[in-house]
Amino acid sequence: MPKDYGIGASSKRREDVRFLTGLGHYTDDHVVAGQTFAVFVRSNVAHGRIVSIDTAAAAAMPGVLAVFTGEDFKDVGGNPAGWLINSRNGEPMREPKRPVLAHGKVRHVGDAYAAVVAETYAQAKDAAQSIADATEIEELPAIIDMAQALADSTNRVHDEIPDNQCYDWGWIEDNRAAVDAAFKSAPHVTTLELVNNRLVPNAMEPRASIGEYFPGTGDYKLTTTSQNPHLTRLLVAAFVLGIPENKLTVVAPDVGGGFGSKIYHYGEEALVLAAAKKLKRAVKWTAERSESFLSDAHGRDHVTKIELACEKDGTFIAFRTETMANVGAYLSNFATVTPTFLHGTLMAGPYKVPHVYVNVKTVFTNTAPVDAYRGAGRPEATYSLERVIDIAARELGLDPFEVRRKNFITPDMFPYTTPVGLQYDIGNYQDTLAKAIELGDVAGFESRRAASAAKGKLRGLGLSTWIEACGIAPSNLVGILGARVGLYDAATVRVNATGNISVMVGAHSHGQGHETVFAQVVAEQLGVPESSIEIVHGDTSKIPFGMGSYGSRSLAVCGSAMTKAVDKIIAKGKKIAAHMLEAAEGDIVFADGKFSVTGTDKAKTFGEIAFSAYVPHNYPLETLEPGLEETAFYDPANFTYPAGAYLCEVEVDADTGKVDVCRFTCADDFGNVMNPMIVEGQVHGGVAQGIGQALLEMTSYDDNGQLLSGSYMDYAMPRSDDVPMFVVDHSCNTPCTHNPLGVKGCGEAGAIGSPPAVVNAVIDALQRGGHKNVTHIDMPLTPSRVWSAMNA
Amino acid sequence: MHNFDFVKPQSIADAVAALSSDGAQALSGGQTLLPTMKQRLAAPTVLVSLTGIPEMRGVCLGDDGLAIGAATPHAVVAAEARQYYPALADLAGGIGDPAVRNRGTIGGSLANNDPAACYPSAVLASGATIVTNRRKIAADDYFQGMFTTALEEGEIITGVTFPVPQKAAYVKFNQPASRFALTGVFVAKYAGGVRVAVTGASNNGVFRWHDAEAALSANFAGSAVAGLTVDPADMIGDLHGTAAYRANLVKVLTKRAVDAAH
Repeated sequence: MPKDYGIGASSKRREDVRFLTGLGHYTDDHVVAGQTFAVFVRSNVAHGRIVSIDTAAAAAMPGVLAVFTGEDFKDVGGNPAGWLINSRNGEPMREPKRPVLAHGKVRHVGDAYAAVVAETYAQAKDAAQSIADATEIEELPAIIDMAQALADSTNRVHDEIPDNQCYDWGWIEDNRAAVDAAFKSAPHVTTLELVNNRLVPNAMEPRASIGEYFPGTGDYKLTTTSQNPHLTRLLVAAFVLGIPENKLTVVAPDVGGGFGSKIYHYGEEALVLAAAKKLKRAVKWTAERSESFLSDAHGRDHVTKIELACEKDGTFIAFRTETMANVGAYLSNFATVTPTFLHGTLMAGPYKVPHVYVNVKTVFTNTAPVDAYRGAGRPEATYSLERVIDIAARELGLDPFEVRRKNFITPDMFPYTTPVGLQYDIGNYQDTLAKAIELGDVAGFESRRAASAAKGKLRGLGLSTWIEACGIAPSNLVGILGARVGLYDAATVRVNATGNISVMVGAHSHGQGHETVFAQVVAEQLGVPESSIEIVHGDTSKIPFGMGSYGSRSLAVCGSAMTKAVDKIIAKGKKIAAHMLEAAEGDIVFADGKFSVTGTDKAKTFGEIAFSAYVPHNYPLETLEPGLEETAFYDPANFTYPAGAYLCEVEVDADTGKVDVCRFTCADDFGNVMNPMIVEGQVHGGVAQGIGQALLEMTSYDDNGQLLSGSYMDYAMPRSDDVPMFVVDHSCNTPCTHNPLGVKGCGEAGAIGSPPAVVNAVIDALQRGGHKNVTHIDMPLTPSRVWSAMNA
Repeated sequence: MHNFDFVKPQSIADAVAALSSDGAQALSGGQTLLPTMKQRLAAPTVLVSLTGIPEMRGVCLGDDGLAIGAATPHAVVAAEARQYYPALADLAGGIGDPAVRNRGTIGGSLANNDPAACYPSAVLASGATIVTNRRKIAADDYFQGMFTTALEEGEIITGVTFPVPQKAAYVKFNQPASRFALTGVFVAKYAGGVRVAVTGASNNGVFRWHDAEAALSANFAGSAVAGLTVDPADMIGDLHGTAAYRANLVKVLTKRAVDAAH
């Protein structure tokens, strides 16, 4: 019988009660007395020199309280890059300043160069239009294509960067000669050039921020759509505005999805704080959907050449890649690490390939900044690997399932050090593949294919065996690799006098379900009801300094901190129990919510201990402190390595090129699973996003840098009828060896593993349908692209 | 959105009078106009709603065919036209989503003449008559290119009359994001011949595919269009589909519409 409580139970998501009944309280729902409204003036050209901005007319318009331009922020700091990457020649990356408001030049359509604050939103909007009308921008040639950007030293996104290159990174440079030599002598080499398409994150809640300033104390408060309020506070305080960290509170209340785009600090957050200080009134800004399209950090956007060297029997010898990664007009906070250490280090996949070399050139263009988006680097690696492996198998006349199986790292080889610098602690890729084959009924594929053929449809089967590194991240390691932050997390467990519990966590839930799952874990550890536990997150004035949620880290890192803090609570409880029961501390055992003296029936309940801790009438104060509250920080020893096998079956309409995803099967190894229902939901969402990337989502800039897909009229998000019923399994699990819960993380897996499974299935369908010349189609595989490939 | 005044006249005469003021703009279901106003791309000073005029609403079968009031929402057409003209009801029931179908109107769609709208294909393929406050306009004379119609300044559509065909069908291939017609084909078979109208595909808006009409008038079977080709030169090419792709869709969807005609 399934467990109905604690770890392993499919407890219902307690947060859904408010989310699904309209009772969530998002940033824009916060109404502050006397609040004012900010509207940003954004560039409608991709690249231009600001000749003049005349704000006089706007400043005199009804209700206008303040007008800001880049000039007002030229002396404050820039929004920094969080990770230093060095080029293979040893030079550090180029880091142009990213100002609060564009100054001197505008660098992408949507780049904010001015802002208005007014009594009402409509007044601010009118004044913003007035500023736009009174601004002269000398338009410069837009730099959009990455190859052209690198080749062109005249047109520069940033005047000080001659070739528009941020860095030229090699991983691992010392291995390059050996990899090249392996290719020279390889019996077979498969080469593939592909595009990993740019994606707009499209969180359901657009970005929004409220700045407040309290003149009586000099304190500031920023309420904002953030995945990591402490990081935002650090960036605003230490780098951008110079507000003392202790005078700034950052609150990220209910947040309606992030997918990475709300990790980063954005200029709008700094502006509402600066404006609030100036006006001594709250200043609110909520993005319109069009602004989200133009100014949220986008995802992916790689152009890659990948080569696979192998034996004729499909045994891998080497992978070699050359990638151009687009960072857009400015460096978003983690733009530099996403194409490098979150991508290149995964380029061995789950395979025992001896040689790997990865080269990434990161390029500035006149487009919206690009940063980590659900999966972040790992989908790019997985897509390149799983596509080229399929093509190699076909070229060699081998079964793509068998080629993967032959090359898998085997269970006896763990811990396994890859040639790209990671040490996988544990896994069993054979098991997840076998499970996917079973649940996906591969044996029945041929009859389903025949049934499709009878309807005139081409059916194909695609496989992807993926791995990721998550539970981000060991600070020791990332520090060596250039990170400018630590990536631990923290939790405080406060047992209240009446015995219920507040758990303050550094992770941030913006839809994931932490409030439910974290409570399950604590309930299991303490033997108390889940309903007695409250998870508090998203407010720097309440929670310990944690690093937020991204990189499938919340449970693996923050959850580990939380269990350590609970361990400390139990240890303290034993001290209190020893005192109350007049026994030696060493004789106290804790089980089922009771502290008892071993071998006796003397016991105190958890509630009695809690009450005693806050009503310490007879405590030996030299040896026993009152109170029952503990904090723990946890810094992981290694990444975690979820892995799995995804099977996709599609039908292609040969007349129209339309692809229907008929079946999608996931066999994932997430280690121990705390709440199977929530894990399944995470996989559903991730796979839907992956299908969106593979078939629908096209971010298209024209040569002038105008975003052609700047609304839902042209940017196709997956809808429910674009995806099939998913079959999701996580029964194959090899618990993580180095964190207390044995968990690996599940938030990004679906988005990582699914795109190559979909594309492999489509190509398989076309190949089986006789279109032997079609070996690759770039994502998204729109009907037009598929039909064009078939009729080329 | 800028400020505006709103009036909701109860008669066509009052609507015409209201529309004569400076900056006045007719509003039907608002499915195009309101988003445009929200983006501040249009700023009428007076919106004259046409949805409160009883004679402009409803579906009824008369001597000239099926008469539909211009301010009739798609959802009403989908429900009430079904017994008389099922292919037209199918088309109306496939426009947008329920919210769109309950606000958007046939008259609004025809006045706007979006090149990817569904209704123009039915009107043109049916040889329908557009009735305005001033005259009756044959469908063949009404559509004059993307977003361009025979309507004159101050002229409002009050209704549309559809001759009911023996058989008809509309097949739409969705643009993946908007789910407007990437291409849509309406085929209608009358005693006097077959008419085929295509939306979504052409740079010139909705058009009749005369070659297919001739072939299908001779032999009303999907196979009749197999040997025909559509010139991609006139087709729309954009991020959702090349011109050659749309030319292919015209043919594929025509065949499917013939096969589905009922």
